[in-house]
This record gives sequence, C-alpha cells and structure tokens, in this order.
Amino acid sequence: MTEPFFQVDGLNTWFFTRQGVIKSVRDISFDLRRGEVLGIVGESGSGKSVTGMSIMGQIDEPGRIVSGSISLDGQELTALTFEEMRRYRGRKIAMVFQNPLMTLNPLMRVRDQMYEAISEHEDVSHREMHDRCIEVLKAVGIPSPEERLNAYPHEMSGGMRQRVVIATALLLGPDMIIADEPTTALDVTIQAQIIYHIRRQIDERGLGMIWITHDLSTLSELADRIMVMYAGATMEIGTTEDIIGSSRHPYTRKLLDSVPSRNTPGEKLRQIPGNMPSLLSLEKGCPFASRCERATEICSEPVPATQLSATHRIWCYHPFEG
Amino acid sequence: MLSFVLQRLLQSVVVVFVLSIVLFVGVWLIGNPADILISSEASEADRLAAITALGLDKPLWQQYLIFLGNAVQGDWGTSFVYKEPVTSILLQRLPASLELGLVAFIIAIAVSVPAGLYAGLKPESPLGRGVMAFSLIGVSIPTFWQGMLLIVAFGIALPILPVGDRGQVATHFGITTSLWTLDGWSHVVMPAFSLALLKMSLLMRVTRAATMEISRLDFVKFAYAKGVRGRKVVVRHILRNALVPLITVTGIELANLLAYGVITETVFSWPGLGKLLINSIKVLDRPLIVAQLTYTALLFIFINFIVDILHMSIDPRVKSVLRRAA
Repeated sequence: MTEPFFQVDGLNTWFFTRQGVIKSVRDISFDLRRGEVLGIVGESGSGKSVTGMSIMGQIDEPGRIVSGSISLDGQELTALTFEEMRRYRGRKIAMVFQNPLMTLNPLMRVRDQMYEAISEHEDVSHREMHDRCIEVLKAVGIPSPEERLNAYPHEMSGGMRQRVVIATALLLGPDMIIADEPTTALDVTIQAQIIYHIRRQIDERGLGMIWITHDLSTLSELADRIMVMYAGATMEIGTTEDIIGSSRHPYTRKLLDSVPSRNTPGEKLRQIPGNMPSLLSLEKGCPFASRCERATEICSEPVPATQLSATHRIWCYHPFEG
Repeated sequence: MLSFVLQRLLQSVVVVFVLSIVLFVGVWLIGNPADILISSEASEADRLAAITALGLDKPLWQQYLIFLGNAVQGDWGTSFVYKEPVTSILLQRLPASLELGLVAFIIAIAVSVPAGLYAGLKPESPLGRGVMAFSLIGVSIPTFWQGMLLIVAFGIALPILPVGDRGQVATHFGITTSLWTLDGWSHVVMPAFSLALLKMSLLMRVTRAATMEISRLDFVKFAYAKGVRGRKVVVRHILRNALVPLITVTGIELANLLAYGVITETVFSWPGLGKLLINSIKVLDRPLIVAQLTYTALLFIFINFIVDILHMSIDPRVKSVLRRAA
C-alpha cells in the first residue's frame, strides 16, 4: 500500500461561545492515501463535519483549531495564512456539501459558478474553462453538458445539481475531496449512481476522499477505511472489514445494530438509549460511558488507544472479544 | 416581458379604478365641505348657489361619474380652496417633495447597505454592534423630535445650515429643482437626513438580517471551498442574494419617502406635498385630497412595478415563474 499523503494528527477544534467552550473535535488523528476513501461516521454533533471544515480552514468564529496538525504532501496546513489556504481550497482540497439544493448559488448560471472555481486559481481562456467544465460534467455522467452549463440551478433536479457540485470539485484535479453527506438528501437510486461515478473518479484520478456520513450502509459499499466518531472523539478506526465485520467497540456495535436493514422485519428498530453528552461539559473519560452497558468506573479515566491490528485501532476499556 | 408589462398595466388600471371609488366615498364620509367653505353668515340663496357651483348638489354617484369622466381626460378638478386646477397645484409642489424624498433615499441606501452588510458579516465585532445600536436609536426616536433636534443642533447652536424652505431653485434640462444650486443643497441636506434616519435604520436591519442568513447557507461555504476570494464571495454570492429581500423593502420605503414626508415637511416647513395634504384634509378640499391620494397610489404601483422588474433581472427563478404565469 502507498504511503499516506495526507495526515491529521491530534486535531482539536473548539468553539469559544458565551455558554462555554464547545469541544467539537478532540484529539482526532487519521491519514489518507491516494485512491482511498476514508469514511467518517457518527451522529449529529459527533464532530465529523467540524473535522471536514477544519481541514478546509473554514472554521468560523467563535471556533478555531486549538492544536494539532493537518498536513498535505508534507505541507502543514494549519500554518498557512488565510490567502495561502485559499489557494489550497478547490485546487488541492475540494469539498462537496450535503444539500445539493443549497450548494449552488440560485442566482448564478452553472457556468459562472464553475468558471469561478477555475479563474480564482488559474489564468486561462474562456475556451479552456469551457472545455474543462464539459470534461468533468461528462465524467460524472451528466447528459448534454453544454445545456447544463447554461442552466440555472433551479432548472435542474437535486441529483443533477449534486453532480454539478461534484464536477466542480473535480475541476482543478485536487489531491483530495471532502464530501460531507453528499448523498443524504438524494433518493436511493440517484445515490447509487452518484456513488458509482465518484468511485470511478477516485480510481481513475487516484484521489483521496473523506466521506462524512451518518449512514453506515453507504460506507460499507464505498469506503476503504472507516473512522467512528462520538461526541468529538474517535471511538474506533480500521478497514471497512474491521469496522463492519468485526467491530470491537460497544458504540460501533450499537451503531451497526441500529441500521434498519440489519433488523428483522416487524421488530422494533433498535435505538441507542440516552443522548449524547453536552459538548460543553465533557469529562476526561469515555464520552459514551453514560450510554454504555459495559461501562465501569475506569471508563471515567482518559481512554488510551489500543492497537488491535496493523489497521484496527480502538478507544475502549471494555472492548468485545475478537 | 412585454406580456408581463401589459398584464401589470391592466392590473394597475383596475387598482386605480377601485381605489378612486373607495377614495371618493371615503372623502364624502369625512364631512361636507360646504359646511366649512361657505361662511355661516351667507344667505341661503348664496349657499345654494355655491353648492351648485361646486357640484355638491348632485347625488354622490353622479359626482363620481363626472369626476371620472373629467379625470380620464386629464382634468382632476379645481381646488375648492385655491380655485386653481388641482394638477397645476400638484405639479408646483411635486418637485420639492421628490427632491427631498430622493436625497433622503440616496442617503439612506448609501449608509444602510454597506453598514448592514458589514454588521451581517461581522455581527460580533464592535463596529457591527455599533451599527445595531445606531439603528435601534434610529427606529426609536420619533421623526418630529429628531428633526427638531437637528434644527437646534445645526440650525441654531451651530448655525451652519439654513432652516426652512427650499432655498434657491434653478432650471436645467426642463427640470426645476433646488438640487441645481449649492444653496438648494444646503437647504435639503438636513431635512433629507432627518427623513432618511428611520429608513436608514430599518434598511440596516434588513440588510444585516439577510446577510447573516445567507452567509450561513451552503453555497457560501461552497464558494469559499472553491477558493473564491473573500471579497468576491461577499459581492457575488452574499450581497447579490441579499438584494432579493432588500429590493422589496427598499421599494416600499422609497414610495413611503416620496409620498409621506408629512412630518418632516411640517417640521422643516418644506413646501412639498405632505403639508399640502394635511391642509387639504383640514378644509375638506375634496378634489385636492383625491388627486393627492391617487398620486400616492400611482407612485406605489409604479415603484412596485420597478421592483418586480429588478427582481426579474436579479433572480432567474422569478423570471421563470412569471413566464409560466404569463
């Protein structure tokens, strides 16, 4: 396997609100290789989106990256100035958002929104911008791309708009794409088509991809590796087989149990009882302890990582037996 | 586009027609001008003669039809009080109100849009909070009172600006206005600011709210994620989308400025339409009241029409909706 070209190490992103400090992301570490999809899975508020925005350098006030390192090809991104980081966005790291109905500016033609992604980084002719747009639109399976370029977002379906967004992300041939729930708002058939096109682009272009979602079943088809987050912390990370097939973490198990297709028809859907703890009042111990059946006193102590195999790492005092 | 204009025109005619009936009945309900206009010492014969001369002897529906017939031909009647055609009285007063309203509008827009945009982008910054504090004061102070404060401050205590009247007027390109002369500007600037203050504060809030709402949307985050420069994100994505609600509010406010400068015109003894309207209502000068209110209605219709055209040119969604409707 190739060496990782992208690394996040000990990332902490906190929001300093009037109510207190919200520790949205705590000590997150992972890496990414070319042609690889890393899925980040978790509930709302688990810190998965904040992780994505931290990488993009798009954390708004009152939040900021408190500590940790994010590096791409050896370049430390957290050390970049705002303008230097701007030049990375779109060109080296692209991002795709959740709701395709909201990701495009309703008042601008698709062409202008795609051209803008190029012209902010490179000085090229309209002819060339046009050709590049057509090329990526075709690559994500958009029929009659010429017409789409001229269209306004409201003239297209949600699935078509999300393809446009993904095509825009591919425009400058980035090293990696962060996709924040890109198919959640779409119906299942469209979802499958889009995942197919994305997977193809990843393989053809050797892209690295971070796929943020709450939907484990999508990840099981698409991801090479999965990181499970809860209340801002990593619970477990490993290959898709490690996580889906042989998870050892009580939280991941609960999460897998709550996937509807794994339940017997007619049976009540399995939920995880209780709520996520407030991010304002996190203790030093395992954040899942209050909802965990296996929790004991030791769980209120800081949880060290346990390396289960070369690929599989877990943060738990009482993991299931392998 | 053409069918939209025609449709709008037709709608406007209907609105004005219905409005004229409401106005006519409304003004009739207020009171009988004969009681005010004719001296109580006049003989019964003189009284009847005067009533006949004013056309007040006929039943209301006949009076309305006569009015309508004349109005269609451009004759809006003769003022009971001034004994002059209503149209020429309005045309005399109109420029003063228009110049006051327009200057106030320009001041309001020039201050409120940049300030509201800044406050929306940086709501927590000291300046952003300052903008909000200013607008709170602006919407809270009664117009007549801040007008008088301004007169005391800049007319009397620090006498740098003249108080009252329009100042010197000049005529260029067939337009007679005080805005052609420096003296005229010195007269208009204070009442215009006074008139603008409330609108400015309102528009600041609207701009700020729209900016904050739009900044949170995904397409703004996506624009940043594409590496678009901050200034371009603000202008192309945030401001442009904020214009949609802003134009609607601005249109109504502009019509208000041009039509209802009553308080400011009174405080600054500005010889515009506002003062005229109050006076005409006091003496029940029916033709003048009806003409002025019709003018106001036409103004609102016209400005709303412009607002719709602007919406169409900014927002493609509006265009396609209208195209489907037409």
